[in-house]
Amino acid sequence: MFTIPAVVLTGFVASVAAPWLWRRLPRRIATGILVFVPLALFAYFLNLAGPVSVGQSFGVSLPWVPQLGITFSFAIDGLSVLFALLITGIGALVALYASGYLQGDAHAGRFYAYIMLFMGSMLGLVLADNLILLFVFWELTSISSYFLIGYNHERQEARAAALQSLLVTGVGGLILLAGFILLGSVGGSYDVSALLQNGEAVRSSPLYLAVLLLIVIGACTKSAQFPFHFWLPAAMEAPSPVSAYLHSATMVKAGVYLLARISPILGATPEWHYLLSLVGATTMLVGAALAFGQSDLKRILAYTTVSALGMLVLMIGLDTLSSMEAAMVFLVAHALYKGALFLVAGTVDHETGTRDIRRLGGLRRLMPVTALAALLAALSMAGLPPLLGFIGKELLYEAKLQAPATAWILTAAGIGTNVLFVALAARVLTAPFLGSLKETPHKPGEPGLSMLAGPVLLGLLGLLCGLFPYALGKTLIIPAVAATRADQTTLELALWHGFNPVLALSLVTLATGFAVFLLTGSLLRATAFLGRLRSLGPARWYAIGMKALIGFASLCTDVLQNGRLGWYLLTIVLASLLLVGYPLFVLIPEGAGPALTAPAFHELLIAVVILLAALGAILASSRLAAVAALGVVGFGMALLFVFYGAPDLAMTQFAIESLTVILFVLVIHKLPKFSKLSGRGERLRDGIVAAAGGVMMCLLTLIILRQPLDSAVTPFYAANSLLLAQGRNVVNVILVDFRALDTLGEITVLAVAGLGGFALLRLRLTRKERQ
Amino acid sequence: MELVFALVIGGLYAAGIYMILRRSIVKLIIGLALLSQAANLLIFAVGRPGRGTPPIVAKDATTLLPPFSDPLPQALILTAIVISFAVTAFALILIKRAYQEVGTDDLDAMRTTDQRQHAGTP
Repeated sequence: MFTIPAVVLTGFVASVAAPWLWRRLPRRIATGILVFVPLALFAYFLNLAGPVSVGQSFGVSLPWVPQLGITFSFAIDGLSVLFALLITGIGALVALYASGYLQGDAHAGRFYAYIMLFMGSMLGLVLADNLILLFVFWELTSISSYFLIGYNHERQEARAAALQSLLVTGVGGLILLAGFILLGSVGGSYDVSALLQNGEAVRSSPLYLAVLLLIVIGACTKSAQFPFHFWLPAAMEAPSPVSAYLHSATMVKAGVYLLARISPILGATPEWHYLLSLVGATTMLVGAALAFGQSDLKRILAYTTVSALGMLVLMIGLDTLSSMEAAMVFLVAHALYKGALFLVAGTVDHETGTRDIRRLGGLRRLMPVTALAALLAALSMAGLPPLLGFIGKELLYEAKLQAPATAWILTAAGIGTNVLFVALAARVLTAPFLGSLKETPHKPGEPGLSMLAGPVLLGLLGLLCGLFPYALGKTLIIPAVAATRADQTTLELALWHGFNPVLALSLVTLATGFAVFLLTGSLLRATAFLGRLRSLGPARWYAIGMKALIGFASLCTDVLQNGRLGWYLLTIVLASLLLVGYPLFVLIPEGAGPALTAPAFHELLIAVVILLAALGAILASSRLAAVAALGVVGFGMALLFVFYGAPDLAMTQFAIESLTVILFVLVIHKLPKFSKLSGRGERLRDGIVAAAGGVMMCLLTLIILRQPLDSAVTPFYAANSLLLAQGRNVVNVILVDFRALDTLGEITVLAVAGLGGFALLRLRLTRKERQ
Repeated sequence: MELVFALVIGGLYAAGIYMILRRSIVKLIIGLALLSQAANLLIFAVGRPGRGTPPIVAKDATTLLPPFSDPLPQALILTAIVISFAVTAFALILIKRAYQEVGTDDLDAMRTTDQRQHAGTP
């Protein structure tokens, strides 16, 4: 029963071990181990795919915080297996690729630590059955993404992009958590499997719309949906293997996964349908359109990823059987071709030193294998048979045509997007690899096997799945669809569906797409004016928001943390005045204690002397006078103790007060002379505050003394002082017997203060010696 | 008698608060000393001390018989007096050293940890 948690844990263990492996072992062996880990997990999940596809499910639930209904529970069904295979499979290829890509990088061990951390988190995310657990892994993927985007931390752009993605997905994560908690309270459980039984209650709840909005916003930030899409292109600062792994194949699909996972709970309502369709369709169009204007290879791919994620969200929003099937097939197709294309882009960048397609060309002769991988991936992206992308696109069209409402709008939007995809795929393929060779910063050449394996295998997989779609459908797609829907799917994937409207749409798309590709230059010139709209985009709002946030933070710091001790003390005193004063005068009823007794004349005299001495200490212009006044206050206090039955206190006070005065006098010539530092206004302000404090403490004393005294402890000491401790002076007995340990503590404080003072005085000597 | 305590406590608190708000470090220490006196007296007053009734068991008795001043606050204050002496002594050394290092007694001039105001360094 611990297998599944152990599987999730593996990634985290590998993450901790990676830097050590990298440092201690030869590169080859370290790479081997780090590729083997995801590969072994891949084999484990592949092995599970069989039983899962015939309806078996695996789960485990360990208690975590039972009081809050939070469990450490995992479940494996078709949907999780599909994602887990993508995560581990592409993870293995990326780990291999990175060993070549990062050759000579001193921090590669760190890179593997982040990658493995991500893999473990992402596996946990897709396997978790508890919403809170899922949230924890969700945030962990954001954090590992932050580390990976900022991997080249010397680059300011990389750090800014990392922070941006963390903030966008992090804020989205918090919103998601709110949605989860609301969903948990509405549905009565945080366990997804329990919520699946309770979907009707959730959908009919008055809080349904709030739950839906919060969770959808959370998912949209992660999956880069409009208007949160801007962090994904910026995240292209990450090394290319990271872009291939996190920012196209897996992490950005976490939102899609979540929506698919909860679609049986929240889906099948008009709100779900319209919200997700609108967001998805907008993202799909905006992403494809923005991709068209890019010239950086990775940014083109990033924007088409945004667009593809939009398609997936749209499909889940449609929430029909055919749309779910389309979503799952397209998800796999996209992961394969986009992963391959990102790795190709990484290779091109690595070999030539640039990713700008205007500066690239003719690489097919120097890098034939990479070009082949790019060809396979680009054909799949364009949706040409016999690749998986073709089947995915056919299913997307079919689902849009069968959409419950607005079918023609969605189909039109889909055609527009796919036309751009065809044109972009053609550009991504032709610009770097065809034409004549151009001068590039580095001299390009075919990279080593480690950097070829990933793109080629992913490209070939796209071809194989396209040629034999039935096997893919049976083992992975149908179980995944079954996990999200109650109605049985009868999907049979095939390349050839006969002559039907969908095929016609495909042909139109290809033809138009090719035309658009040929006209790219003139289209770009014609739409150049749209570039000005960029300043209105969400990235700008993010910048403004960040600036305001930082401004507000530094304002707060200036006010609250300005380094002026007097200011801090003033705040403390005023706060205490308020916090003590309010309950004192408003909340506490008038006491019914003993009546006030009249003061004797000598007591009044002492009081006057103390007060005058305190005033003297304030007004004294010399240090010695102030210390003398302080001594008078202390001795006056001692006299009060004498009169009011506290001989021990009086003796201690006399002794200590004398010592204090002596100490002051001894060091006073080393202390600065008094000078008037504060102005009239400040003194007036402090005087008012001090007077208010004095008045309040005075009233506090009176109010306390009007309350009856009720001490539960004193009678014990009074009764047992002589009997148990053989002492008649109760104060002494308390100090040396009943609370002897406290006294020991007090002596310790004295000793520590003495040592500290001694050390402080010695410190100067050692400094002098050093100088 | 309550009035005497209340007035002295209030007066000492006011003086102490005023002094700790000064910018001179020496005044700050004097303010701290005044505040601790005021707090001690407040604790003492809460024990409802009576005139001439120390908490000492009489010769012919086995237990402390009323009326007596509460011994518990007295024990607390005794500790407090000693500790505040330790604090004052330590603070005195600290400000002496700070003054030697920084060269100013103005707390507002001691706002940063970098050495710009360091007297000895060139």
